[in-house]
Amino acid sequence: MSLLDIRAVRKSYGPVSALGGVDLNVSAGSRTAIVGPSGSGKTTMLRIIAGFEAPDAGQVLLDGAVLADGAQSVPAHLRGIGYVPQDGALFPHLSVADNIGFGLPRHAPQRTTRIAELLDMVALDDGLMDRRPHELSGGQQQRVALARALAQRPRLMLLDEPFSALDTGLRVATRKAVAQLLSAAGITTILVTHDQAEALSFADQVAVMRNGRLAQVGRPRDLYLRPSDPATASFLGEAMVLPARLSGGWADCVLGRVATDDTRRTGQAQIMLRPEQLQLEEVAKTGTAAVKDGCLGTILEADFCGPVSELTVRLAGDGIEQLLRVSSLGANAPAVGASVRIWVVGQAHVFA
Amino acid sequence: MTAATIRAAAPLVRSRPTGRVSFVAGAALLVALAALLPLGFIVWVAIQSGWDTVVELVFRPRVGELLVNTALLVVVTVPLCIALALALAWLTERSDLPGARTWAWLAVAPLAVPAFVHSYAWITLVPGLHGLPGGVLVSVLAYFPFLYLPISASLRRLDPGIEDTAASLGLRPWTVFFRVVLPQLRLSIWGGGLLVGLHLLAEYGLYVMIRFDTFTTAIVDQFQSTYNGPAANMLAGVLVVCCFVLLGLEAGTRGKERYAHVGPGSARMQRPRALGRLTLVCTLLPAVVALLSLGVPVATLARWLLAGGAKVWNLGVIGPALGQTLGLALVGAVLTTVIAVPMAWLSIRRPGRLQRLLESCNYMVGSLPGIVLALALVTITVRVALPIYQTVVTILLAYALMFLPRALISLRSGIAQAPVELEQAARSLGRSPTQALWSITLRLAAPGAAAAVALVFLGISNELTATLLLAPNGTQTLATAFWSLSSEIDYAGAAPYALIMVLLSLPLTWLLYLQSRRSAGR
Repeated sequence: MSLLDIRAVRKSYGPVSALGGVDLNVSAGSRTAIVGPSGSGKTTMLRIIAGFEAPDAGQVLLDGAVLADGAQSVPAHLRGIGYVPQDGALFPHLSVADNIGFGLPRHAPQRTTRIAELLDMVALDDGLMDRRPHELSGGQQQRVALARALAQRPRLMLLDEPFSALDTGLRVATRKAVAQLLSAAGITTILVTHDQAEALSFADQVAVMRNGRLAQVGRPRDLYLRPSDPATASFLGEAMVLPARLSGGWADCVLGRVATDDTRRTGQAQIMLRPEQLQLEEVAKTGTAAVKDGCLGTILEADFCGPVSELTVRLAGDGIEQLLRVSSLGANAPAVGASVRIWVVGQAHVFA
Repeated sequence: MTAATIRAAAPLVRSRPTGRVSFVAGAALLVALAALLPLGFIVWVAIQSGWDTVVELVFRPRVGELLVNTALLVVVTVPLCIALALALAWLTERSDLPGARTWAWLAVAPLAVPAFVHSYAWITLVPGLHGLPGGVLVSVLAYFPFLYLPISASLRRLDPGIEDTAASLGLRPWTVFFRVVLPQLRLSIWGGGLLVGLHLLAEYGLYVMIRFDTFTTAIVDQFQSTYNGPAANMLAGVLVVCCFVLLGLEAGTRGKERYAHVGPGSARMQRPRALGRLTLVCTLLPAVVALLSLGVPVATLARWLLAGGAKVWNLGVIGPALGQTLGLALVGAVLTTVIAVPMAWLSIRRPGRLQRLLESCNYMVGSLPGIVLALALVTITVRVALPIYQTVVTILLAYALMFLPRALISLRSGIAQAPVELEQAARSLGRSPTQALWSITLRLAAPGAAAAVALVFLGISNELTATLLLAPNGTQTLATAFWSLSSEIDYAGAAPYALIMVLLSLPLTWLLYLQSRRSAGR
């Protein structure tokens, strides 16, 4: 069942179009990530959902009720939508407890108990209650901001890059904790981020945004393995786009014969492979002729990065010289100059 | 109450994103236009007098003499102030000078002594002091803190990593200072130098006592002898040009570089440099400066107060003067801060070309000497608005125009404490826009507004020139009472007023000192 419906929403600032007709459905209890490069319009979208801005045209509906219809819009404070901005935006003049209780009526019964519950919910110690925001670490600040937004029991929670200011390790842990917490509370969530790995791991539904439009919406796995175009493909992760000749579910390309996810198409097309689909093994220098599948090449460069080595391979073959970047296990990667065989695991994706 | 029930009752309203802004912009525009009155006045006088009169009044030996005097004063005093402030700032911030915190405070404290009280102290100590050397000596002692404050604050903020890098590139300590540290202090030096220069152009009392003629003293003389003659107005016109030359010089040479800690990671703390055997010699500098800039006024005041005994404390006169000063300063400070709000709001929340233009109007007029504003307001009220001539309204208007920039600077940093994200967070938690403005933005901007009121209060309570010209008959502030008594060479009688002015200013000077340390994160 769809909780949030966004229909043909447009917004421009002067001559600059920030959103050029966006449609998006978010089902109840799900987690959606809107991902895109900076300037793609994702933050504008979030601000329109939150009610900080009104769209120029289009509708925003929450559970069937109209939140915005063109420039007619329900003000932010009447929407009851939770919002956690990038840096937490904790009120510097209030203690942690007062920040969390900001949205609760001042004389609500069991206000203090509720605040303690919320602190516990975001896994923060009771002892932090009387601290001021500047006495907290970045991760703690984000948790307090989340608790503050949770206090009013929103059914929709908007997260505007809330993890990007945190250190790498903390970012992953906080993201996981937040995802679990919101799922357990049954709160529908929209996360805006420019970090594709974060979007893919956090969400049930990922929406890729580019130039004020949604380029593709779908499940993370589908988007990653079957992107609609090369731009989306490379935005979501490193991608190799190769020209190929298709026939009967197979593609012939510089890597030899590769299985594809499209059994019907024939003729010339572009296929995409993720680097981790390439496997590589060292072979004896002499056997250049008979390879049962895959292709042969020579290592030109090897960068050791710990767990993996990034290898640059020159493919053997007549005609144009082709270079390929392949990762291999760092511990026993072939040395520079070695001959290798490269083959593909899984299917290549065929672009429409 | 759940989100659903809130929403069910929520009406759709037409959003007016520009409504509040255009109202604020209108108010800011109005203030900026009012601020332009004195400039308009100068232009109007020039046009009305006609070119021949202008040439006759401006191109004469007396004007040349004043121009040379004023230029010499600025050219000699400002570099001396820079050198002194730089040396003191380095010693108090970067070296292991014993008692550095105390010396730092003593380098700011001379601000609590009004400039004309400095010269009153010196003229009683060295009666023969006069002319350019006297003017330069007293000016340096009275105004160097304006440079010390920003320079020491910048020195504290500098990223020591940059200096370490320079050293690792083979630069010797002195070379590091001149090639790396000094260039980064440029903005503070330029800004502080401009402030000192503008004060030199505007000051009246200091130079009259020390018998050194500048444009400002000549304008007041001219005004008092011929009332509202074109001669005084023309001199004011030349003074305005001088101010703009200073402003232009500063703006043109300031540069656009960004001198901040660049890159991720937090800046490290400075490690003080050991003075070693030079400690004693180095301690002499702040000690001598403190002796001259604080010791001399304190000793003189003590001497006159002792000499005068109980009979100089004429409470029947001092009481009303104190009351009127406090009243004018408080009303003027609140008024100035209130009318600065729209401009400050615009410059933080809606920066743009219009806002920059309006803001520069305010700064330009605020940098004009009090005498020019006073002359303009005298003429305008006499010609156009006689009912408010020599009333409290006019003097408050003059104060507002003079001290608007001070209020703007503090208010701006206050409003910047409350970024729009916090207001939005409050709205997403169920506060209406007005409630969010009240409970978040105004609450967070309050310290900035209080600082603005305090700074303007300080300015008004020590203001002399405009008050002399514009105050209603019978009004006597501490400054004007001090002035009339010391003009009659009743130095003992003037001492209580000077003492009260210093005592009034001390707490605010202390606040200024604390603020400069806090802005540097310590």
